[in-house]
Amino acid sequence: MSEFLAMGGYAWYVWMAYGACALAIVIEIAAVRARRKRAFDELRMSAAPQTPSMLGARGSR
Amino acid sequence: MLINWYRFSSPVSFYPLAGSLSYAAGVLAALLAGVGLVIALIVAPTDATQGDAYRIIYLHVPAAWMAMFIYLVMAGWSAFALGFNTRLSAMMAQALAPTGALMAALALWTGAFWGRPTWGTYWAWDARMTSTLILLFLYLGVIALRNAIEDPRRADRACALLTLVGAINVPVIYFSVQWWNTLHQGSSISLTAAPKMAMMMAAGILVMTAAAWCYTIAVSLSRVQAIIVERERGASWLESLIAVREG
Repeated sequence: MSEFLAMGGYAWYVWMAYGACALAIVIEIAAVRARRKRAFDELRMSAAPQTPSMLGARGSR
Repeated sequence: MLINWYRFSSPVSFYPLAGSLSYAAGVLAALLAGVGLVIALIVAPTDATQGDAYRIIYLHVPAAWMAMFIYLVMAGWSAFALGFNTRLSAMMAQALAPTGALMAALALWTGAFWGRPTWGTYWAWDARMTSTLILLFLYLGVIALRNAIEDPRRADRACALLTLVGAINVPVIYFSVQWWNTLHQGSSISLTAAPKMAMMMAAGILVMTAAAWCYTIAVSLSRVQAIIVERERGASWLESLIAVREG
């Protein structure tokens, strides 16, 4: 296992490269999810522009 | 069974298709990445000259190919958007830009960490590296231009123009190693000749490239769904249907 992590002495270079890619993917997926959530939240806001007390009266859509 | 493909040119109609394709591509990307990483880090033999530092190739080549390929696809959608004045084509171009920028940045980053132990430097102003940096600036420029223009349709046209003007850079990147005397090596994989590397290495690169491609499709289709919701608000009853389904 430690041999695997050592990458023949090139550990710094290999893991900085693989680590950056992993991090970038995680961040991009999180960002797209956040964008989707924000878009749907705004859609829901604009589709139901009434005061909170009225929401219960409307029931489910 | 004939499918009326024109139906999908309406953003709201395309929305469910984008969702299904995105999910399928995401699953495929995960599977391919799993196999690819096992090859890249474990199965593929260590390089005789470069040692284990060469394993960065399994990230660097897919990222660089995707950076170029995504830009060409973006340019294609931009040409469609300008030529046919369609909203969805422009939305697809808009959805691809961030992922393309990421691929270009990763190509430069992984290249730098591969270059340091092998060439002795993180960076050089050689033809391929410089033109890839320009590619990154083009991606960022298109994104910035999009954010700078308020009216979405004007932004579509401006970004489409910038994308098309910048497209000349992609063949420059690709042919730079032939046209100029550069630090960067020539291509190792060609469509016509046998690869100049061990079969397992070539297989690893192809699998990781396929994974990157599926990942790009998954992420950009998911992003285009968000863009459709952002831009098509109030378009029709389908909007409320989507909102209810989304929960």
